[in-house]
This record gives sequence, C-alpha cells and structure tokens, in this order.
Amino acid sequence: MSARSVRAKWVEDGSSLPIFIILIAGLLWALFAAHPTGVPAGSYPTLEMHGYIMMGAFLVGIIMLVGVCSNGTPKINLAEYEDKVIKYGVLATTFWGIVGMLVGVIIACQLTWPRIFYFDSMPWLNFGRMRPLHTSAVIFAFGGNALIATSFYVVQRTCRTRLAGGLWAWFVFWGYQLFIVLAATGYLTGITQSKEYAEPEWYVDIWLTIVWVAYLMVFMGTLYKRKEPHIYVANWFYLAFIVTVAILHIVNNLSLPTGMFEAKSYSLFSGVQDAMTQWWYGHNAVGFFLTAGFLAIMYYFIPKRADRPIWSYKLSIVHFWAVIFIYIWAGPHHLHFTALPQWTQTLGMVFSIMLWMPSWGGMINGLMTLQGAWDKLRTDPVLRMLVVSVAFYGMATFEGPLMSIRYVNALSHYTEWTIGHVHSGALGWNGFVTFGALYCLVPWLWKKKELYSLKLVEWHFWLATIGIVFYITAMWVAGIMEGLMWRAYTDLGFLEYAFIETVSAKHISYIVRALGGTLFLLGTFVMAFNIFMTIKGRGLAEPIDGDEPLAKRPVLPVSEPQLGGAAQ
Amino acid sequence: MMKLHKYLEKNSFGLLLGIIAVVSVGGLVEITPLFYIDNTIEEVEGMRPYSPLELEGRNIYVREGCYTCHSQMVRPLRDEVERYGHYSLAAESMYDRPFQWGSKRTGPDLARVGGKYSDEWHKLHMEDPRAVVPESIMPPYRFLSKRELNYQRIEADLKANQKLGVPYTDEMVAKAFEDITNQLDEDADDYDGFVARYPKAVVRDFDGNPGLVSEMDALIAYMQMLGTLVDFDAYEAKKDENLR
Repeated sequence: MSARSVRAKWVEDGSSLPIFIILIAGLLWALFAAHPTGVPAGSYPTLEMHGYIMMGAFLVGIIMLVGVCSNGTPKINLAEYEDKVIKYGVLATTFWGIVGMLVGVIIACQLTWPRIFYFDSMPWLNFGRMRPLHTSAVIFAFGGNALIATSFYVVQRTCRTRLAGGLWAWFVFWGYQLFIVLAATGYLTGITQSKEYAEPEWYVDIWLTIVWVAYLMVFMGTLYKRKEPHIYVANWFYLAFIVTVAILHIVNNLSLPTGMFEAKSYSLFSGVQDAMTQWWYGHNAVGFFLTAGFLAIMYYFIPKRADRPIWSYKLSIVHFWAVIFIYIWAGPHHLHFTALPQWTQTLGMVFSIMLWMPSWGGMINGLMTLQGAWDKLRTDPVLRMLVVSVAFYGMATFEGPLMSIRYVNALSHYTEWTIGHVHSGALGWNGFVTFGALYCLVPWLWKKKELYSLKLVEWHFWLATIGIVFYITAMWVAGIMEGLMWRAYTDLGFLEYAFIETVSAKHISYIVRALGGTLFLLGTFVMAFNIFMTIKGRGLAEPIDGDEPLAKRPVLPVSEPQLGGAAQ
Repeated sequence: MMKLHKYLEKNSFGLLLGIIAVVSVGGLVEITPLFYIDNTIEEVEGMRPYSPLELEGRNIYVREGCYTCHSQMVRPLRDEVERYGHYSLAAESMYDRPFQWGSKRTGPDLARVGGKYSDEWHKLHMEDPRAVVPESIMPPYRFLSKRELNYQRIEADLKANQKLGVPYTDEMVAKAFEDITNQLDEDADDYDGFVARYPKAVVRDFDGNPGLVSEMDALIAYMQMLGTLVDFDAYEAKKDENLR
C-alpha cells in the first residue's frame, strides 16, 4: 500500500488492528503487575490493585473490540457525524464534575472541622491523598472530558466531515477514562510522584501518552480531510492544546522506575531543575489545558449560541499566537524568592505581565461577539453563563499577572490567595464555559427542541455564581490576612504571631469557603437533573437548523474576511 | 504576515509545526541553562545522599501527600529567616527526586525542621496532631506507628537513584538493607561504618519502640535530618562562589 492510500484509509475508517495490539500488550503487562514475584516493593504500595484494574479494563476492551469486528470491518457511515462518542463524553463530563466537586467540598470540610472529618482507621481519606484526587478529578476528568467531547463535536462541524480514524475516537474516550480511574485509585492508596497536577506514576503516564497521541491523530486526521478550505479558529486552539499538553506531559514525567513491575519511580531531574520543569509544566497545564482548550470552546459556542459572527478575526489571529508564545514563559512566577536563579524568576514575571494583554484579547473577542445580541443575555440563561465565564476569565487573567509581580508574590505565595485565584479561574471560567457548552450540546446531540427547563438553568446560574463569590472573597480575606500575619512584628522587633495563630484565624473564612463550594456543587446537581430530564424528554421531528448531517453550508455565522475563504 | 497566516490556516500540518515551534522557545530558554549555570549546580559542603531509612521516610512523606500542605523552601525574607532559619540553598535539594519545595503553607515550612522538636513530640503530633496543638487542622497518622516498614527492596531504590546520578557508592547500595537497622541502634556492630557512609545521620530508635521497625521510625528520621546537613556557621553567603 502506498503512503497515500494508508493515509486515506486512516482518515476514513482507521484500522482497528493496532488497538487490538495495544490492548493485548497492556493485558500482558497487567498480568505480571497483578502477580508480583519475589519480595514486595518498599514502603511504597505495590502494583497489585492497579494490575487487576488494568487486567479487567483491557479484557473488557478486547471483548468489545472483538464484538464490534466479528462481522468483518465495522461499518462506518461516512455520510454521518460520529456523535455517539460525544454523547458519552457529555455524560462523563457531568459525572466526573460531580465527583470532583464533591471531593472538593469534603476536603474543604476537613480543613474546617478536622475533628469530625478525619478518621484514624481510614488514612486513605486524609487530606494529603484526597487533595490530588480533587484537583485531578476536576481538571483532568471533568475538564478533560469536556475538552475531548467538545473538540470532537466542533472539529466535525467546522470541517464538515466525520471524525477520522473510525474506532480510534472510542479508544481515546475509554482509554482516557481508564487513565482517570488509575490516577484516582492510585492517589487514595498512596501511588503518587508528588508533582502537582502530574501525580500519576510512570506506567499511568505511559498509558496517557498512548491515549493522547491517538487523540492527536484523530484530531489531525479530521482536520486533514476537512471539506472547508479554512481551519476554523476554535480548531487552532484545540490543536495547540493537544500538541502542547503532549510535550509538557512527556518532558515533566521523565523518570526511572525501581522495577518493570513496581509502582515507584524517581524523577530524571532533581532539585532546582526539577522545580523549574515542574512549574513549566504546571503553569502550562493552566495555559494550554485550562486556557487554550477552553478558549476553543468559547470560540465555537458563544458565536453559535448568540448567532453572531466572531467580533474580530484579526484579533483572534494576534491573540492566538501571542497567548501560546507568551504562556510558556510564565512558569517561574511560581518560584519567586526560591533557590531558582533570579534571572529566570524575572523572565517569568515579565512574561506573566505581558500575558495580560493577549489574555484580554481573547476576553474582548468573546464579549464583543455579542454585539447586536446583548438583549439575549436577558432571556437566555445559557448564553449568560457563557458570557459570565468570559468575564471570570478576564478577572482571573488580570489577577494572575498581578500576583506574578515579585513583591506581590512575596505576600501571596504559599497562602490561600493562590487557592482563591485558582478557583475564580476554575469555577468561574472553566466551570461556567463547560456548563454553557453542555447546555448547548445536550439538545443538539439528543435532537431535542430545547432544554427540559430554562428555569433550572437560572437556578444553576445563581447558585453557582453566589457560591463562587463566597469562595473567592473568603480566600482573599484568609490569604491576605495570613500573609500579613506571617510577617507582622511587635514593637520590640519580635515576630508577632506563632504559625498556629494564623491557622486558627482562618477558621471563619474556611466555613464560608465550604459553604460557597457546597452551593456550587448544588448547582451542578441541578444541571445533572436538567440534562437527565432533557435526554428523557420528547424528541424532535426535524433536524436542527444548520446541523443536517454533513451540512452543505457553513455551520457558523461567518464574518466578512472568513467568507472569502469559505465561499471558494 | 497575513499571507503566511492564510497558508497556515489552510494547511493542518503547517499549523501543527508552527504551534510546536512557537511553544518550544520559552521552555528551551528557561530550562536548558539551569543544567549548565554554576549557581544552580554548585556543591555545598555537607550535602550527602539520603540514608536508606531517611529515603524510606521521604517516600512515606511523598506517599501521604505532605507536600500539599508543607513547603520545604525558606525564602530570603526577614520574617521567614527568623521563623524557619537560614534561607534554602539550591544545593540542599540536589538529591531530591522529585523536589519537595511545595506551593502552599497550610502548615509551616519544614525545610529546617530537623532537630527542632524531640522524637517523642513528632510521634505524638503525627499520631494525633490536636493532642499537642489543639488548633491544628492536620490529619492524624496513627497507623504509621503500627505499620511495619517494608524495606526488603531498599536496594532497588538506591540503585535507581545511583543510575540517575546520585552519588551512592556500590558499598552504600550493598549495605542498604542493614543500614536501615544500623540507623535505629546506637549499639549496632557497624555503627562506625554507617556514620562514615552517612555523616551527620542521627542514630537512635525514633519511635520509642525498639521491637518494631515502623513507618514512623522512617518518617521521623527524615524529619530530623531536614535542613541539618549544611553547616551554616561555616557557610559564608557573601563568599565569591556563593554570590548570585
């Protein structure tokens, strides 16, 4: 077969054989991992439990694959979009969102009422093991599923073609769920490499790399066979997100395991170099996972919902390249006043401040897209959710550069202020833009006329908004207070407060924070109910306007410069 | 410029390569020099690799996620130096794989906690933090005192570190297993050999229960050595080689 025909085959239906080989290889490895021979590993947990989980998962995968392929090559209707995997993605996003936020509320309660929420007999419920579970569940399980599902939806519509790679989209979906389960169970049993937001151990990292490369191939393949001459803006952001996360993930997780079938590994870098690599990764998990990816969601769902073209095409070009170039430099602002060389800290600070402008370029482009449709904010709570998410994005990307200034950071670093900042981004921006996209997607995918209840969306909106306000104001108060208390001196020149006094001073703020988180979680439950009732509701006879299978005309409102290309 | 962009917008592989090129610059400029510049790879007198028991303690510290609430990085700010001790040097974490600088102080910094509290205090505090500090919000770790430390494969841990460049000698690797108990017993036969291998290592039974080599032993051994290796009476920050 020539290279051209191989490529053509991939973009049409893919080949299932490599999936089969990956699953068999995984199964074999898991067999050994589940049955350790010789002496057990050190104080670190063994692979036994993960071995069994993987064995189960790969076996089910093989059976499903054989089932699908038993009647020859699976039939793939190229005249239709692949929507089923997106439906699964929508449900997974909702499910993991609830799990992640629930764990968040629990650990907030642990810090508030330690005498009630800790148990001697259950060390796996301690804060240190639950906190990575919360962060990973919310960022990677909730956020990641939202990104995969929306990217599969958007890339098909804006390229007017079916997903490339046939069954590979399903491999990406289920492979990613397996990654989440391995990461989560690992944290609870103590399997972690302690690099924030990159805690999973080496073998889980390898698995994620395989899944992620498959994701990149499916996405690129779909772009490659597109029927539109231009690649739509949202896809630039999705592509930057996918490929940069792959680079970050691989470099930051380089490590040497103590054995082929052991969980523990030691990282390739140490000390300063390791710290810099970690925060290069850590900050760009924010930059590319939580920003570029979610900007892609904004660039499709806001114009679509408001039925207006994107405000400025040129602005989207400028801020896209500026954001991805500048973001990468910002990592060292996590390491101000540490043993990292000062020139690196200064570079990180300068680029973080510069980042303010392209970030706001995105915000302005998103907000101004409503030009001529502002009245819809009054009547459409879904659009309001999307727009408020952009406002929170603007707020968080102003606060970020502020906190990256060395002497502001001297106060804010190590305090609750950072936690507040993260949550104004995570709850306000990532949360709201995902909720807005889900509210759009559910009726579109399940072919319903409208959501079950717009009133419930209103409820969700206000519960969540009040929750966020409680959360971030409580953390501002707690963070700035403890920062000032740490550096307070008496008239005689002694430190005024013992450390523990700064802990007990935060108790009230912690109560308010737990309350805010609970309200936000409550809103998510309301959304889950609304989604469930919408799916159960009566179907729609005719297809949604502009969403006919492989639509013949542009699926997005198009502004002047783009029209030139699209009409050719 | 717009012409180039028109091309990128219509060519998926061009776009992909463009993105990879643009995102590579920052990381290359900021990370690669750190492997060559003197003040990030300087050696300071007193630094040595972790003893096997300390390494096991450190692995427990990682396993329990202590880094989510405790930093190990004293910044050169007046209040921090007074509260915690001399600011942290780059060399002090040179054998940390991965580093444990942390990002949040829900509890105090631990970079120089070694020698500040007695073993008994650590044990009581770890088992029930609120028994010694009533307002504490730290989780309880009572199980650490009861659980036997599983160190049969400690050699593999040292070997992995050795392969990565940590200066463990072959002797250290070969004696790793016995060195765990050597550190718990002042009357051990190989006391002198152990102290020669790991200068300044604290040797005693840490959890007050000589009958059991517990995970608590390892964790307290790690706590008690944190920040104690460099002798700051002899360290001159203003010396030419230490100015940065």
